[in-house]
Order: sequence, then C-alpha cells, then structure tokens
Amino acid sequence: MARTAPVPAATDPALIRNFCIIAHIDHGKSTLADRMLQLTGVVQSRDMKAQYLDRMDIERERGITIKSQAVRMPWELDGTSYALNMIDTPGHVDFTYEVSRSLAACEGAVLLVDAAQGIEAQTLANLYLAMENDLTIIPVLNKIDLPAAQPEKYAAELAGLIGGDPEDVLLVSGKTGVGVEGLLDKIVRELPAPVGDPDAPARAMIFDSVYDTYRGVVTYVRVVDGKLSPRERIQMMSTKASHELLEIGVSSPEPEPTRGLGVGEVGYLITGVKDVRQSKVGDTVTNLAKPATEALGGYADPKPMVFSGLYPLDGTDYPVLREALDKLKLNDAALVYEPETSAALGFGFRVGFLGLLHLEIVRERLEREFNLDLISTAPNVVYEVTLEDKSTAIVTNPSEFPTGKIHEVREPMVAATILAPNEFVGAIMELCQSRRGQMRGMDYLSEDRVELRYWVPMAEIVFDFFDTLKSKTRGYASLDWKPDGDQVADLVKVDILLQGETVDAFSAITHRDKAYAYGVMMTSKLRELIPRQQFEVPIQAAIGARIIARENIRAIRKDVLAKCYGGDISRKRKLLEKQKEGKKRMKMVGRVEVPQEAFIAALSNDENTGKDKAKK
Amino acid sequence: MPSVLPLGDPAPADGLLDAQAAVGAAERPFSLYIHVPYCTVRCGYCDFNTYTATELGGGASQAEYAGTALGELDFAAGVLERSGLPAREVSTVFFGGGTPTLLDAAELGGLLGRARELWGLAEGAEVTTEANPETVSPESLARLAEAGFTRVSFGMQSAVPHVLKVLDRVHRPERVPQVVEWARAAGLNVSLDLIYGTPGESLADWERSLDAALACEPDHLSAYALIIEDGTKLAAQIRRGEVPDVDDDDHADKYEHAEARLSAGGLQWYEVSNWARTADQECRHNLAYWRGSDWWGIGPGAHSHVGGVRWWNVKHPRAYAQRLATGVSPAAGKEVLDDGARYVEDVLLRVRLAEGLPTATLRAEGRAAVAGLIADGLIDAKAAFAGSVRLSLRGRLLADAVVRRLLPD
Ligand SMILES: Nc1nc2c(ncn2[C@@H]2O[C@H](COP(=O)(O)OP(=O)(O)OP(=O)(O)O)[C@@H](O)[C@H]2O)c(=O)[nH]1
Ligand SMILES: C[S@@+](CC[C@H](N)C(=O)[O-])C[C@H]1O[C@@H](n2cnc3c(N)ncnc32)[C@H](O)[C@@H]1O
Ligand code: SF4
Ligand SMILES: [Mg+2]
Repeated sequence: MARTAPVPAATDPALIRNFCIIAHIDHGKSTLADRMLQLTGVVQSRDMKAQYLDRMDIERERGITIKSQAVRMPWELDGTSYALNMIDTPGHVDFTYEVSRSLAACEGAVLLVDAAQGIEAQTLANLYLAMENDLTIIPVLNKIDLPAAQPEKYAAELAGLIGGDPEDVLLVSGKTGVGVEGLLDKIVRELPAPVGDPDAPARAMIFDSVYDTYRGVVTYVRVVDGKLSPRERIQMMSTKASHELLEIGVSSPEPEPTRGLGVGEVGYLITGVKDVRQSKVGDTVTNLAKPATEALGGYADPKPMVFSGLYPLDGTDYPVLREALDKLKLNDAALVYEPETSAALGFGFRVGFLGLLHLEIVRERLEREFNLDLISTAPNVVYEVTLEDKSTAIVTNPSEFPTGKIHEVREPMVAATILAPNEFVGAIMELCQSRRGQMRGMDYLSEDRVELRYWVPMAEIVFDFFDTLKSKTRGYASLDWKPDGDQVADLVKVDILLQGETVDAFSAITHRDKAYAYGVMMTSKLRELIPRQQFEVPIQAAIGARIIARENIRAIRKDVLAKCYGGDISRKRKLLEKQKEGKKRMKMVGRVEVPQEAFIAALSNDENTGKDKAKK
Repeated sequence: MPSVLPLGDPAPADGLLDAQAAVGAAERPFSLYIHVPYCTVRCGYCDFNTYTATELGGGASQAEYAGTALGELDFAAGVLERSGLPAREVSTVFFGGGTPTLLDAAELGGLLGRARELWGLAEGAEVTTEANPETVSPESLARLAEAGFTRVSFGMQSAVPHVLKVLDRVHRPERVPQVVEWARAAGLNVSLDLIYGTPGESLADWERSLDAALACEPDHLSAYALIIEDGTKLAAQIRRGEVPDVDDDDHADKYEHAEARLSAGGLQWYEVSNWARTADQECRHNLAYWRGSDWWGIGPGAHSHVGGVRWWNVKHPRAYAQRLATGVSPAAGKEVLDDGARYVEDVLLRVRLAEGLPTATLRAEGRAAVAGLIADGLIDAKAAFAGSVRLSLRGRLLADAVVRRLLPD
C-alpha cells in the first residue's frame, strides 16, 4: 500500500483526511490508534506494542495519554490511495487544551465510546468541543469484544446525542481489530477533504511545539494555504521572527523528512531554534519571501487553575530547579511559574497547573528527569481580593492574602457536568450542595443516564471532589468541568502557628465554614509529625488573631544515653555524629526544629496525590 | 562491651601503637580493663559480648580463658614498651563482662597478679570486679579481697520479682543484701547496678528497688535507663507486642525519683548514671574513661585507648584466642583521633561529669552556646560563672542535646 501512497508535498488535498480520536479517558483511543497503525502498515506487527503512541515514560507507567500525537498513514479505498492524518488525544480533563489544539488541525473527529460504559462526562465535553470547531463527527462504539458491552443501548444513546440513526454507529474493538477497517473506509468516505488555496502565500497553523534534546524544537503544523519547502526561510507571523527550515516532514509515526508540506497536510518543522517560545502554539507560519497578510485564528493560551509552591529539599538545588522548569516549559505551554520565598521552605517557585494530575506529572518529571527532591505545598486556586480602599490583589499563594481591611474576596467558579446512572442523583446532589454548588440543570440522556450541571467553586472541585464522587457512586459517575466566572464568597485565611510563629507553607484559604475543620486537621497532623523539642511547642490554627484550634507538643524530657558502654567511646561519637546529621535535615521555624519529612507528610494530601488517583 | 564493633582502620599485626600514643603519657594514669565473655544465661536485654556456652572450641573454653587473657597481658606489656611508652604503674583495674565471677577467684587473682608483675599496682589502686549476685559466696569474696581486689559491683538491677523476671535475671531479691554483707565482711567496697524503666515496672516498683538498694548502704550506685538494643530478645518481644515498649517520659520520671531518693540517702551524683557516698568512692576506673585517660582492654571485643589511639579486639573468643596463640595482635581495628575528634570526645565525655567541663577548654562556638544553655536551664549558672559547664538536673536528662549544642555543626 505504501508504494502507491500519496507523497507528501505532492498530495492532492482531495486525497487527504485529517481526523482526531476523541473520547472520555480510558475508552480506548490509543488502542484503536494502534490498530490503525498496524492496518495501514506504518508500524509492523513485530514492532507493535500496546498504546504505541504513548511514548513518554510517565504515559506508559500510568497508562494514560498526556500529549496528542499526529501520525500520517496511507489508506486505499476503491482503488484510490489516500493520506490520513490521525491525532490521538488525551482524555483526562486536565489536558483538554491538548484536545482543542488537535481539533483545529482536523476536519473530522472519531468520537469513541466504551460500549460497556456508555457516554461519560468527557465524551460530552469533547463532543461539544468538536462541534464548536465545526468538525464532522463519526460516532463509534469501542470494546465490543467485552462481555459487558451493550452496543444497542449505547448506540441509541449516542445517536440521541449526535442525531442520526443508531444503525450508523460503528462497532469496533481496538483490542481485536474488529470493525477498524470499516472505520478507516468510513473516515475516507464521510470526512470532508481539507480545502485551501495552493497558490496563496503559505499559511500553516502551529498546533504543537516540542523540545527534543537532539533535534531542538520540533514544531507541528497543519498547512492551510500554499506550501512549505525545506531550506526556505519561514516567518512566524506574530513575532516576525524568521528561521531557515532545516527539516520538514511527516510523522509516520517516526519522523520522515519530506520535500515539503502542501495544502491540508499535517507534519513537522525543524528550524534549529532552541526555545519553543519562538515557535508558539497557535501562531501562523508563513514564507518570509512571500508572506501572507492575515494570520490564522490562534488558540487561547491555557490558563493555570491550580497553584502550588515547589521547593527543593536541598536548598542548593534551587538553580537546578529553575533550569528544570525552564526545560519543561519548552514542552508544556500550560506551565507557568515565578520565584517565591517561604520563611519555612526557603527559595522555590510558585507554579501554576491545569489541575492536580498536571501538577503530579510535572512534579514527577522534575524529580525523575532532573534528579530533584521536591516539597510541594498544598495546592490552591486563584483568588481576587478587594480591600476597603478598592485596591485589588490577585492571590496565588495563601501567605500573600492581604492583611488589611477586606471588602470582598472572589473565588473562581467552574461549570461542572456530572454524568451518572439515575439511581445516584440524590447522592450527587447532596455532595454538590455540601461543596457549595448551585444546580444549573439536569437532563436525561437516556432512560437511566442523567446529566447534572452545577456551578461550583473551583476550590471545591479540583482537589478531592472526583474521588468522593466516585466513591459515592460506586465508580459510575464521571465528571467534567471548565472555568466559568467567579463569585464573592466568605473566604478566610487560616494560618498555622508553631510556637506563635506563622508557618507560611501551611497557610490555606478556605470557606469560613470549613476553616475549623482545616485547622483541626492540620494541627493534629503536625502534632504527630513534629518530634518533641526541649520546650513545649503549641501548634495553633488561627484566622487573623483568633485561634480556632490548638494542639500541644510536650517538651522532650530525656535525650541522653544512660548505659554503661565500657570503653566503646567510638560508638558514642558516631552516634553523636548521626544525631548531628539528622539535625541538619531539620528546617528551623523560629526555635522549633521541623524535620523535612514532617513538611512533606503534612503537605501531601493522600486524598489527592495518590498515584492510583491519576485517572478520571 | 556492646557487641557491634565500630568500623575503623586496620590494626597492625604487631600491635604497635602510633607515635602520638606516647606523647605526654607520663602525665596520664594507666588503667586495665579485663573482659570475661561468659554468662550462665543471656539476659533478654543484654547485647554485651558474652557467651553462654562454656565450650567455644579452638582454645576458647571458659576453662582456658584465664590463660589466654594472661597471654594478652604479656603481649600488652611488650607493645607498650616497644611503642615507646614509659613504664607506668596501674592505677585502676576493672573486671567486667559477661560475668567475671564465673571464673574462679584464683584465676581472677592470677590475672591481677600478672598485671602487678608486669607494671606494678599503684599505691591505693582501685581493683573492681562485676559480679552477678548468684555467683559469689563469702569464701569467693574473701579470696578476691585477699588477692588484692578492693571493690565489687553487683548486678542487682531491681528488687522487684516481676521486673527481674522481664529482665531474665536469675537471682532472687533477698540475695542482694546477703551478698553485700559478705562483701563488706571481706573488706570490699560495694557498688550496685540498677536498671530502671523496664516494661511493666511501675514508679512504685522503682522506688522499692531504690529503697532496697539504699538499705544495703552501698558505697556506690549506678542506675541505668533500660536501653532496648537491636537484636536482643527483649527487642523482639516488644516488636511482637508481647511486652510494652519503654518510654522516655517514664525514664525521665524515674531518673528524677532516683536523684531525689539517692541524694536523700546520702549518695551524690558524679556522672549522669553514677552516684557515690564520698568522693573517694567514685569509681576511678569509670572516671578514667570519662576523662580520656589511657587504658588497655584485655579480652575479646575489649576497647583500649592510649593517647588518642583507640582500638578494639576481635569479638569472638575463639578468634581472639587464635590470634594470641599465633603471636598476632588481637586488635580488629583502630582509630587514630585527630584534634577535632579528640575535642568532640572530650566534650562528649566530660560534660557528663559533675565536676564539669572547664569552659576554658571550649572552642568559640561552645563558649557562645553557654548563655543559651543557662537560659534553658540545662546547665548550672553558678558553676558556669566559676568556669565550668555543669549539668543541671534537667540538663542531665538532656545531656546529649547539651553536647550537640556545645559542638560545631
Ligand atoms: N477489552 C477491550 N479493552 C480495550 C479495548 N480498547 C482499549 N482497551 C483497554 O482499555 C484501557 C484503556 O485503553 P487506552 O487505549 O489507553 O485508552 P485511552 O482512551 O487512550 O486513554 P487516555 O489516553 O488515558 O484517555 C486499556 O487497558 C486497554 O487495553 C477494546 O477494544 N477491548
Ligand atoms: C557489663 S554489664 C553486666 C554485668 C553483670 N554481668 C550483670 O549483669 O550484673 C553492666 C551493667 O550494664 C547494665 N546494662 C546492661 N545492659 C543494659 C541495657 N540494655 N540497658 C541498660 N543497662 C544495661 C546493667 O545494669 C549491668 O549490670
Ligand atoms: S549476666 Fe550481665 S553480661 Fe551476662 S547476659 Fe546478663 S546482663 Fe549481660
Ligand atoms: Mg490514550
């Protein structure tokens, strides 16, 4: 097949089909992509491995897709050879922005639904995204090999959602490969071919930009008009920066240099720049000699929603952390950070993330790829505080919460969509109410599947909401959310004091009703974690000057080896040296020695950082 | 002797000491420690280098032991001479264990006699043996006194049967006053060892033990907080939850009670865990350790120190006997202390003494720490102004913390 395949840079747009696979997390996108790679012959069976396109270690270990991957594949139908560009996308809500970028490079989307699970929250979210982008949707039920699959039922659900006939819903199994050929045929038949002006000045949309140690920045583009060729000088339309095109090619799925890319084609560019910021996602690439006048519509930069302080355990690692963040940023437009200092933790960074999974992954990559040991402070959302004098402050770090007279505090809100079987409606409503949610609507997607829409404070959603939801619905509910305005709320800062000194790393902003619970939780946790000192150490939780919870660490009374050790003085000296080493790993808070482990343990909330919780 | 040996440098086969050992030696007293590595039963809390089998093979049987130890005494005399140390009389001798009194009084006397032949005993030398109460008789004690022993230290540990039981001690409480009386009659000074904070011991139990000990009117008393040593039977029992764990607060309470009762009973503390009736009755041998004097330790696993050179013998009696039989030094490893390490040890050891550590010997950061230690009530203000760091009662319980604060980071 490959012999007759259309050659990049010389492919009639009519023979091109660009599509992405979208679905709820775990519904089998990457596995379906595997079968397509095999059927089209771009990956040989002996080279095949499950979720071939999940290439990062973290993706493979966690079994989830984090980054979209585009692949060019040949496919023949009725004697004509076509070129398909397939993009496998992530399903986790934290990475929705990856999906939206991928959508902009496509004319169609395969909407995949697990035939044993049915429609879930991200199925809807991604479907709506695709519709907003005017894509042609091909509904597909996956995993029909599963005994628990209910293809009829869910085909009806899907048809009800998209419109059309349940008969038109394709049934496939990414595992066995059943139905995948038919799907590829249908993609060719039903998806529109890209349209563009081959003679117009070149315009290509950057939909991804990745830093590679060996190749420098690799920029992924979708050509809309004109043509890009190797060795020509290209220009970034937003910055006007120009570069020589050192290499241009397609991923198949290994990079294959080509003679260029023409209208409708998807591929990559290498210019030798070392900084992804010079190759910004959403920018338009044109030809320097014959530039286009109007840029393509770009993407909004992803906005971080959750902030956390990252500190190196060993203070001397601070420069390493800075460099590591700079490097990760090259691949991760969503990552924002700026230096901050904590009295308790020293020098570090306040880092913004898209969600907790994003936080976890960044942290893990920093530790693993850069050999760092990090403490991350409890994550929080962003607040807007207006003082009596009407001045406002944006607070991303609780310890920066203003101390002056406060007029109002606004907190970010999200529009949350929860899909669940009928029977759990009561439990879900209860949960949302306890999280200060306001119901915005409720629909039956089918006889027994309900969609509930709530307006909820982001702070109530991003941390442990999903886990609670899962446990209250025996795992049947799914959740999707997106930022949606803000509201004034009765929020307070709770400080934790050790021997009268505020420990900035433990401050938190909470709703007044939950301040007490936080205070009690944190003080009792610290009482367990901080070793006894030579003096009594009161641990207090306070709102302003008002103490709301208190614990006490009793003074240590004995710290002496009292045994006849004969003449083994060397042992005594070694023991002392060990004790002194231990002391070096202590952080001083006022006069109180706090072991680093105590910080880590107090700040790690098992509810939201456990590895098994990575999936939504 | 704790049973784990430190990691150090290899020791030379001829036993010769590094040059620094001889520097200033004439001014330092010289002591002997003689280890006897046998016991009839192993107490559950004990991790000392001791064996319950009388027959360890390879020339290491209990019966042959005295002969082997005589060999190390001869070896020691040769090494000291060849290393350029001046001839010094022995000022203190201490027989420890294990259970030294499992050897016949004649054998112990023979070892002491050999030391006398080799170095001479100083005028008024202190000669002590440890003794388990069940291992002595009026006759054996009299024969020890006759041989030149001046002091006996009985492992009383407790006067309460259920505590003795947890400790695996085989003697009955009534035995202690009896053996003390015999020792007195023989003309020996008497010391008692007590252990406090044993699992299951109440405060009342501890007071009973203190009172029973005081009733014996000992010249000297040691009270040790029970330490749960890794690898002991007691450690395993605690790990399995069969016996409750020891508790630092309980130890502190009991230490304070001990101080109150003992001082009321006429005993004065002179080291964190040691009390004596008069200054003369302080254990000069132990003081030699705390003050950094020179001593040679005879026996398997025994530690020695001469002028900043520390070494320790191979642990097993059999390996020990074989070394000596072939004329090779029984030392397993050694450590030559540099100025920094000597300073650390000096502070570490002398702070524990009631006589205190002269502030003049402290380095800058140590002197700077003194004010804070006074403010925290850890050392005595008056003594500090008079020029020495002397622990307060609270400071005695927190002595390791005081040491850490006096020493550089
Ligand atoms: N039985 C069966 N299992 C499947 C099928 N397709 C995928 N799976 C399994 O479903 C799980 C998730 O598959 P993935 O392909 O990683 O799903 P994904 O949609 O790419 O997941 P994310 O990228 O994390 O959103 C894996 O354990 C697959 O083996 C199928 O057709 N049948
Ligand atoms: C060398 S030991 C043994 C002397 C003698 N065999 C006896 O048991 O009486 C000297 C003293 O150390 C103390 N000792 C031994 N092991 C101890 C432990 N684990 N914790 C506290 N003190 C201990 C006991 O008081 C003991 O009497
Ligand atoms: S008798 Fe003494 S040395 Fe022997 S095991 Fe018991 S405590 Fe240890
Ligand atoms: Mg995937």
